[in-house]
Amino acid sequence: MNDFPRWKYWLVALVILAGLIYSLPNIFLQEPAVQVSANRGATIDDALREQVQGVLETAKLPFESIKVEGERLMVRVETLDLQNKAADTIKTAFAEKGDGDKYVVALNLASTVPGWLRAIGANAMPLGLDLQGGVSFLMQVDQKSVLEAQELRYVGDIQSTLREKGIRAKSVGRGTQGLIVQLRSDEDRAAAFSAISAATTELELENGPVVGDAYTLIARIKRERLVAIAQNTIKQNVATLRNRINAIGVAEPVIQQQGDSRIVVELPGLQDTTEAKKILGATATLEYRAVDENTNAMEAQRTGQVPPDSRLYRHRDGTPIVLKKRVIVTGDELVDASSAPDPQSGEPSVSITLNAAGGRKMLDFTRENVGRRMATVYIERIPETKIVDGKEVTVPKITEEVINAATIRGVFSNKFQTTGIGSMKEASDLALFLRAGSLAAPVDIVEERVIGPSLGQDNIRTAIHAVLISLLLVIVFVAIYYKLFGLIADFALLLNLILLVAILSLFQATLTLPGIAGIVLTLGMAIDANVLICERIREEIRNGATPLAAIRGGYDKAWATILDANVTHLIAAFGLMAFGSGPLRGFAITLAIGILTSMFTAVTVTRALVQGTLGRRKLKSLSV
Amino acid sequence: MELFNPNANINFMGWRKASLAISCLLMILSAGVIFVRGLDYGLDFTGGALVEVIYQEPAEVADVRSALTAAGFENPVVQSLGGTREFAIRFAPREDEAAADGAESGATQAAHNRIANDVLSALKAGRSDVAIKRSEFVGPQVGEELRTDGLIAVIVVALGIAVYLWIRFEWRFAVAAVASEMHDALLTLGIFALTQREFDLPALAAVLSVVGYSINDKIVVFDRVREIFRSTRKAEPIEVLNRSINSTMSRTIMTGVTTALAVGTLYFLGGPVLENFGLIMLIGIFIGILSSVFFANPILLLLGVSKKDLMPVTREDPELARRP
Repeated sequence: MNDFPRWKYWLVALVILAGLIYSLPNIFLQEPAVQVSANRGATIDDALREQVQGVLETAKLPFESIKVEGERLMVRVETLDLQNKAADTIKTAFAEKGDGDKYVVALNLASTVPGWLRAIGANAMPLGLDLQGGVSFLMQVDQKSVLEAQELRYVGDIQSTLREKGIRAKSVGRGTQGLIVQLRSDEDRAAAFSAISAATTELELENGPVVGDAYTLIARIKRERLVAIAQNTIKQNVATLRNRINAIGVAEPVIQQQGDSRIVVELPGLQDTTEAKKILGATATLEYRAVDENTNAMEAQRTGQVPPDSRLYRHRDGTPIVLKKRVIVTGDELVDASSAPDPQSGEPSVSITLNAAGGRKMLDFTRENVGRRMATVYIERIPETKIVDGKEVTVPKITEEVINAATIRGVFSNKFQTTGIGSMKEASDLALFLRAGSLAAPVDIVEERVIGPSLGQDNIRTAIHAVLISLLLVIVFVAIYYKLFGLIADFALLLNLILLVAILSLFQATLTLPGIAGIVLTLGMAIDANVLICERIREEIRNGATPLAAIRGGYDKAWATILDANVTHLIAAFGLMAFGSGPLRGFAITLAIGILTSMFTAVTVTRALVQGTLGRRKLKSLSV
Repeated sequence: MELFNPNANINFMGWRKASLAISCLLMILSAGVIFVRGLDYGLDFTGGALVEVIYQEPAEVADVRSALTAAGFENPVVQSLGGTREFAIRFAPREDEAAADGAESGATQAAHNRIANDVLSALKAGRSDVAIKRSEFVGPQVGEELRTDGLIAVIVVALGIAVYLWIRFEWRFAVAAVASEMHDALLTLGIFALTQREFDLPALAAVLSVVGYSINDKIVVFDRVREIFRSTRKAEPIEVLNRSINSTMSRTIMTGVTTALAVGTLYFLGGPVLENFGLIMLIGIFIGILSSVFFANPILLLLGVSKKDLMPVTREDPELARRP
């Protein structure tokens, strides 16, 4: 019987080997650790390591190791309890030295996977929040209010366009159908039509009904523009959240867009949601200020002496800059910012649009200040509740950063460009911050989950028990029922589990409880293919086929059924994947991968084993 | 070892009228139960807040409740989580909230957001040995969407499978399969509604998995039906269906048992999150096996499945082409 080609043996051997290697990292349990990373201007080095080590030794807290790993310092400890104590001790020590803002101290789980495995990209599956404890938020971005703000901006634009052209409108406002401009005559309407379409390509114009002496013109924001607004809004919110999240002190936060208007924020290891909510709920604004060119910033930083009408600020990288106290334009007056290569030079640039009021102020300022520099300050306000004299008082904690300082090349009003930005990436970051500080959409928390750390540990323990016990039950039952063929099927089942885990690890899929349910269900159903094959072989034998012919007939006839059954099952898994949210998706992905691997292990691998062990012998009977 | 006598030739199709009638009756009953008693939708679907707390020393449900009422919480539902130390506290979403939107919902949600911490401080006022084990808050519109998405998922899956069967087999098989999928989903939900257990997200996943599992059962029998029709010269539909069911019965029971062993483990040992998943799968496997025999095949017969509809266009089936 040579209908099983040699290359398939090699394929099976290779897959088994790869499966073993890539599933291996998962047996190395993660250790609790405290992670210290640098915030701004600070560095992680051996000096810091010695400092932290000293702190822990004075506090008599035992630790396993303390190492600089890339950009962070990892202190590994034995228990979760010690982890909390160590983190608190280190935090307090930094705060006492006045370094509280320089470093982020966070709880983490450190990998114990050996370096050679990590070098070939073999890592353990990350654990979901339900298995390691933590907080997750689902945040809804209020797209409606963003749209309203945009409509108001167009109303302003239309008003100024008409004023410039000397067209007198009865009214310009927002209606249910779009923006409604009411004019006094048909000629005025025609003039307004051409003036507005010349000024912007983002609006769709249409003549509306004539009511009394009012000739209406309806303007709608174009579809692609609406889509762009919605996408920008969510992107900018994801970006600002990412920018803020460091302050929460979580080792590996996850921030992801979900659908058109939702953002998922996962903070592993965190328990108290109060602080996190405060930071996620921070509001941002912008201020344009003139640079004080007469004061040396370095000098000012050293001596702390700044002229009375100026203040010392810092760039995002920590370098100082002195700005005038008078604000030119604020974020409320900025209506749009977008990044694109400069049409003339091709350099990265950011185009900024102000509203009419902002435009006038900018015009006044630039007239007198060509050749001087203007800086953009990004301000975040985090509301903090403090108890003062027994009363709760909300005091915002304000952080200010200069995100850009550019020379004014000419006089401009409401539309201008910033160039001289290092890269397109930086340009799009700048545009994001500009929008974040001006068009911030209100964000609501629509879902919140907290999973205590001990619950996470309980969950993972019971889940692993469930996987092992179900595996054992199925294996024993199949071995008793199908004897030798049952053992072969059992081997395939074990291999299926290994391959499934290997693939999930390779893609770094997050392991969650529903995912484990998917694994267990796969284990129960994967054996179906072997049951089909074994039953067919039994039937062939009953029909008088010789053992080898029965094997061949069994595999051949069962194949069509196995394929149909698995394809329909895959359809069900894909359906869940497409319509399910977070936890359901995890389940469906595990199920889908399990179906695919089971087709390989249950058919190809068992065939290789059967051929390899029985194929060359003269058999009188089969143990099936 | 045999679980089912391979030479048995039980005349399942002989009972088709009775079995179809019983199946339809059960479907109506299930629909009635679901309609009257309703599914006890969990927090995932209804929205609301849940806080699970754990005490170091035993406590009483009444004490927990009075501590909360004292702190100004209206109608908290306090349940013991098996034992005297762990409790679940639930708050339903208020009616006015579901209707509110825009700025208003922002305010009410902010109120909701404080729940976990407020509960903790209310309980700590009485006893200091309490800690939060888990807490969840789901906004009403998220829950609503989940229900719609779940329904869409079931329908899309059913249609996808129907289209595949239509292409691979024939329209009668597609119709029979989809009808029995609906039968299985309805009966599983009906029994689940009778138990009055909470219907949560894992439960929804389980219902969809039941559909996926039971369709496998049908496919195996349908495959055999096709095969026997194609290979026998004088094929009487009733006889073909009976033979198909009988000869695949061993497999049906065997796979049922292995899958039940696996998901049963989840029910008994998987912990509170996976318990429902395991239970629904167990019910579903049983119903799926019954419906393969007593519902899907009688429908196939009723629709008039016959040999000539299943003969392959030449060379379409490689399996047959290979034969001498």
